[in-house]
This record gives sequence, C-alpha cells and structure tokens, in this order.
Amino acid sequence: MYRSAADLNATKERLRPVLEERLQEGQLGRPTQVLVCTGVGCISAGSQEVLAALKRAIKDHGLDVTVTHTGCHGYCKMGPLVVVYPGGVFYRHVTPDEVPRLVQQHLVGGEPVQDLLYREPGRNPVLFARDVPFFRKQKRIVLANAGLINPENIDEYVAHDGYAALARVLAEYSPEEVIDVVTRSGLRGRGGAGFLTGKKWAFARAAEAHPKYIVCNADEGDPGAFMDRAILEGDPHAVLEGMLIAGYAVGASEGWIYVRAEYPLAVRRLEIAVRQARQAGLLGKNILGSKFDFDIDLCLGAGAFVCGEETALLRSAMGERGEPRPRPPYPAEAGLYGKPTIINNVETLANIPLILRRGWEWFAGIGTERSKGTKIFSIAGQINNTGLIEVPMGTSMRTIVYDIGGGVPAGRRLKAVQTGGPSGGCVPADLLDVPIDYESLADLGTIMGSGGLIVLDETNCMVDITKFYLTFAGEESCGQCTPCRVGIHRMVEILERITSGRAQEEDLRELEDLAHDVRETSLCGLGQTAPNVVLSTLRYFRSEYLAHIRDRRCPAGVCKPLLH
Amino acid sequence: MDRRRPSGQERNYLILDKFIERYRGRPGGLVRILFKAQELFGYLSPEVQTYVAEKTGLPASHIYGVATFYSRFITEPPGKYSIGVCTGTACYVKNAQAVLDRFQAALGVKEGETTPDGMFSLRTTRCVGACSLAPVVTVNDDMVGEVTPDKVADVIRRCREAEAEEETERVPERRRPERDERAAPPGP
Repeated sequence: MYRSAADLNATKERLRPVLEERLQEGQLGRPTQVLVCTGVGCISAGSQEVLAALKRAIKDHGLDVTVTHTGCHGYCKMGPLVVVYPGGVFYRHVTPDEVPRLVQQHLVGGEPVQDLLYREPGRNPVLFARDVPFFRKQKRIVLANAGLINPENIDEYVAHDGYAALARVLAEYSPEEVIDVVTRSGLRGRGGAGFLTGKKWAFARAAEAHPKYIVCNADEGDPGAFMDRAILEGDPHAVLEGMLIAGYAVGASEGWIYVRAEYPLAVRRLEIAVRQARQAGLLGKNILGSKFDFDIDLCLGAGAFVCGEETALLRSAMGERGEPRPRPPYPAEAGLYGKPTIINNVETLANIPLILRRGWEWFAGIGTERSKGTKIFSIAGQINNTGLIEVPMGTSMRTIVYDIGGGVPAGRRLKAVQTGGPSGGCVPADLLDVPIDYESLADLGTIMGSGGLIVLDETNCMVDITKFYLTFAGEESCGQCTPCRVGIHRMVEILERITSGRAQEEDLRELEDLAHDVRETSLCGLGQTAPNVVLSTLRYFRSEYLAHIRDRRCPAGVCKPLLH
Repeated sequence: MDRRRPSGQERNYLILDKFIERYRGRPGGLVRILFKAQELFGYLSPEVQTYVAEKTGLPASHIYGVATFYSRFITEPPGKYSIGVCTGTACYVKNAQAVLDRFQAALGVKEGETTPDGMFSLRTTRCVGACSLAPVVTVNDDMVGEVTPDKVADVIRRCREAEAEEETERVPERRRPERDERAAPPGP
C-alpha cells in the first residue's frame, strides 16, 4: 500500500540496486539477472518456453540468478530476446534448446555464448545491447521501461521512478500549474492530429460542467502501427500515471481506457496494472494522502478503424455503433454523457509522467522548433530491421531507414516510405533527408499519424498500394455520410480500372477531383484523410499511374492483368 | 450418449447471465457482454443475440446493429480452427494476398467460409500489430509469424495433428456440440 511519497521512496530504495544493475550496461560481471522479452513478437517466436526453460535450468543448477519477464524491446525480428545482467549481454533467437548451454556457459561459467549474440554480416559479434546498431541511434525515453521492467509488477515501475511525478504533482502543484507545465513542454498529441496537449487540457479545465472524464485512446487501428501496444504491454503503469495526472489537472475523477480487442495481451496487462494500482492505493480515494480521487475502467474496442476518431470512440465506449458525429462541440466540452472529456492517445499519456518528473525545459530541449520530444515509429515492410523505434523529433527518414532499419533487403531499391497509415501519404526516396516533424510531413503531403512507417521498394506498385489503402478506408467507412460512403468506392473502382488495364487518362482527372471532393466534404477524419494517399501518390508517382494507363504496364510487376 | 444433452449449454447461459448481471447498464457493457457470449458460444447466433436482448432489456435491433458493426464479432459459426490471414499494410506489402490464395486453394474454401466438416474457417483480419513478423497468420488465439505461401501447408498440418491427438484422447462426453445445439437457447 502506498499512502505517501515516502512509501514510494521506500520501495524505490529497496529495489534500486536491482534496477541500477539493469541500467548500467557494458561491464561484465557475475550474472545475477536474466530478462526475457515477452512482447507479442517474442512470444510468438517461443519466449514463454525459453522463460520456463531458463527458470528450470537455473533451479537445477541452484544458481542465485533471478529471471524476469519484460515488455517489448522493439527488435521483434530477433526474438526471442534474452538479456543477462550485469552488463546487458544481448542474446537473440534464443530457443529452449539453447538454454542449457546459455546457463552452463554464461550463468555458471561467466563466458558469454558467442554464437547467440547479435552479429552483422562479416563483423564481430556485439556483446551489449547498447552497442547493437538498431539501438545505438535511438533515444528511448517513453520506451525506457519496455524491455527493462516487469510490466506485471507495480513495484518495479515504482523502483524506476514510477508514480514519482504523480506524488510531486499532488503535493506541490495546482491543477493550473500542471497544465502550464504540459503546455510549455510543447507536447502534441501522438495519435495523429498533433494538437497541443496542454491546450486541450485547459479547455476541459475551463469547462463548467461536471463530472469530467479522461479517456485513453488505445484503439490503435492504423494497420502497421503498434507503438501503443508495446507501451501497454511493456509499461502499462506509465499510461495509468499519465491519466491520473490528467485527471488531477482537469478535475476528473474517472478515467476510461478504450483498448482494442485485437490486443489480448495488452488488455490482460492493463487489467493487472489497474488491479495492482488499486490495491496499492494509487487508484481510488485520497490517493497518496491527498484529497484526489481517481479510478480507471477498461472498455474493449471490437474492431472498427473509425473508432480511432474521438467522437466515434466515445459512442463505441458507450456500447453503441461507433459512428462519428460532427464537431463542434468537441469532446473537451461535450464528451462522455455529454460532459467534458479529454481523449489522449497512449503515447501522449506515457509522455506526461516524464515531463512532470524531468521538467518541461528538458522535454522542450528535445526535438524541433514546433515538434518537441521523441516519437515512436514502427518500421515495417521492405526493411531489414523491422520493429519499434524511438527517436527525437526531427530525425531524418534516412537515419531511420538506413542507420536503424538497416536498409532495404536484398539490395533492392527503396521507392517510398508510407507514413500515417490509411490517413497519410508517401514520402518518395529522394526526400528522405527531410527532418521528420508534424509540419515537414504536412508539407510533403502526408501526416505524422500515429507513427507507422511502411517501407516500399521497387517490388511494390504505388497504384496497388493506393488501392489497398482506399479499399481499407471504404470497408471501414461507417456509411453515415455520402462522400465517404460512395466517394471512396468510386475511387476504388477507378483504381480497379487502372490496375486492370481498362482506364483512360480522363480517369486520372476524375480520381483527383473525387479525392478533393471527398476530402472537403466528409463528416469525419476518416473520409477527410482517406484521399491523402491518392493525392500523395499522384503527386510523386504519376508516371507509374501513366504507365498503367498508356502502356498497359505495371512497372513493379504487381498488377496481374498487366503482366505479359 | 445423448448428444443433445444440454448441460454444457445451460452452463454457458448461466455464465452469461452472471456476466450480463455485472455489465448490464454499464456504458460499454454491451460490447463486453457480446465478447463473452462469443467466447462461450463460438459466435453470435440470432438466438444468442435475442437472448442478450431479453436479458439486457435492449432492443434486438440494437444488439444486431452493434454485433454487425464491429469486425471482431462473427454471426456465422466458425470452424474449430479459425485461420485469420492478417491483411494489415505490413503484411499486405509482404504478399499476404498470396498467403490467402494458398489457404483458399489448400482448404477449398473462400475467405469468410468454413470447410464443410466444420474444421477450418478462413478469414482475413485487421492488423494484429505484429508487423515485424509479417506476413502473420492467426490460428484461433495463437499467432504464427513469417508465413510465406510455402508454409501454409505446415500451418494446416499442425492443426490436423492437434486434432488427431485430441481425437485419440477424446471421451464421448467431451464430444464437441453440434452447431445447432451450440446456438440453441436453454430449454424451459
């Protein structure tokens, strides 16, 4: 039970040595801790079996070594991942069969197992996680705990400064001061639109109606993005702490997490986290001896992309069809039960404790002029190191794709990077040096979105990809407004004609006109942004469209009716 | 053995009753109730939807509206092994279509259909968030990564092996209920 900041400190003192050991990398010593990744990627590669085998072997040897499971490191391609401390010796592709050797040679003998270490082709093995190229150029602050602490143990979160920001806020800050700090930090919503978080909070604070609500949008529907899942699975308490602080700031005592059912592990870890926080007194009445009450409940999303749109999310959370409504009024004035409601995305909320603990100046010192802090990106598609990465705002796409992502496989040529999912567009290969932030991506005709980056190479057809996204948007359209319901389907039909060699050049003009119409007249963000991918590919890859139409040829060799 | 013995069925309805009791009237409760019903009965049959409507006091049309809005709810009986081919972007660009085609050919059913023996159903899923392992296939609750078309036969074979294993262990009482039986509401 945590009744005060002093209680939090006591746990921190008690567990600090264990955490310290995990934080100091690069020095070998007698092995005392083994961490096994149990993110979804590693689990599907068999990390649960590795975990069980390790526990067994360590017991059989009578070793004084603890085994802990952690959240996702982001390097799912290399799973199952095992890290041994002190030092942070990084093992990849560990199978249960390799465990006896790992235990015997490293945990007993003190000698790292060379062939289980990460190795670049033609180079020496890399011993420590921090020296692996995939991690070297990252700045993991939001993801710092993922892969480091046991997400199912609240004390480990507390030991790593967890709930310290909440304790400080409750003891020292007025709600207005909290909002001021968040505003000054420059934090913008990580879910897509990039609205200033502090400003949103101020609106809800100023609203007179009561009660007020905090909703965490964990309906990560953008295909190809999985950063929120990694946070929920690897560091769920950071999200709870962010919600608590938001609740204090705007004057809410109830919070909801709207989480998609496609993420069963995230749901389970959230349920555990909420239960533990309640038992510890960090949710409920008079939190940490203050007068502040707050509790959190979960609602499950059931698979509808449109529910990422906040008004649709609210309807869905109330148990109805997730159909959006026009704004204003914005949820900050009229949300759940018609009351002021803050809807923040998972990554946004996970930034909040960091900002309150380390100060807005620190946060504002990272990033670009107008986009502060870091951003988590998931990199997938035609890239060697698929996974989840965190970099400062302003990092170039080239750094992400080549230095961290290891480039395109098999020496193929990169064509474009798609950002922002079905609401976004493409960045062509020759613009990879642009520093990424909200504004620069908008200038390029795409959006930051939630941070999904899909790398496309010469084997991907841009017209086909456009059709893929539009088909998706059409299927996910809720059907309320005509431009979105009908307009998107008309565009898909044109794209069908193009990819099957039945199109005329006038079709391109019609496609472009329709794209503008749908964008300008749709009811909600889904329809307003669905045409982005059309306009973006027409802007950068018009010649590819023309090859389909004039020459009846698919340059990438994807569109089957055009293969001769 | 009486194949229409309703005890398992009744138990499911009792569990559902308790669940409805807990979540009825709570915002978002309906989605939770429908998930529970789907977990218990395998899918949301018209009978189950009507049952939920009666117990929650909501119009059946509302239940149907919600059940058909969300892609995670299914209103047709699934196969014992529900195979989902992820068609999120990362999987799509890694040729998930070819994986789906291979499954369709190997199982002799189209996407959205179930094999006549009720063993396999095939569907496409939204992004499951395992983009690093694309193309991804789910088999019931398990996830299989990097499924190229050539690995499709392997996935099916493993299901058949699990089935054969179960068959040898199975005692008559544990026989899987017939479909119409699973969907039927409890007797008076």
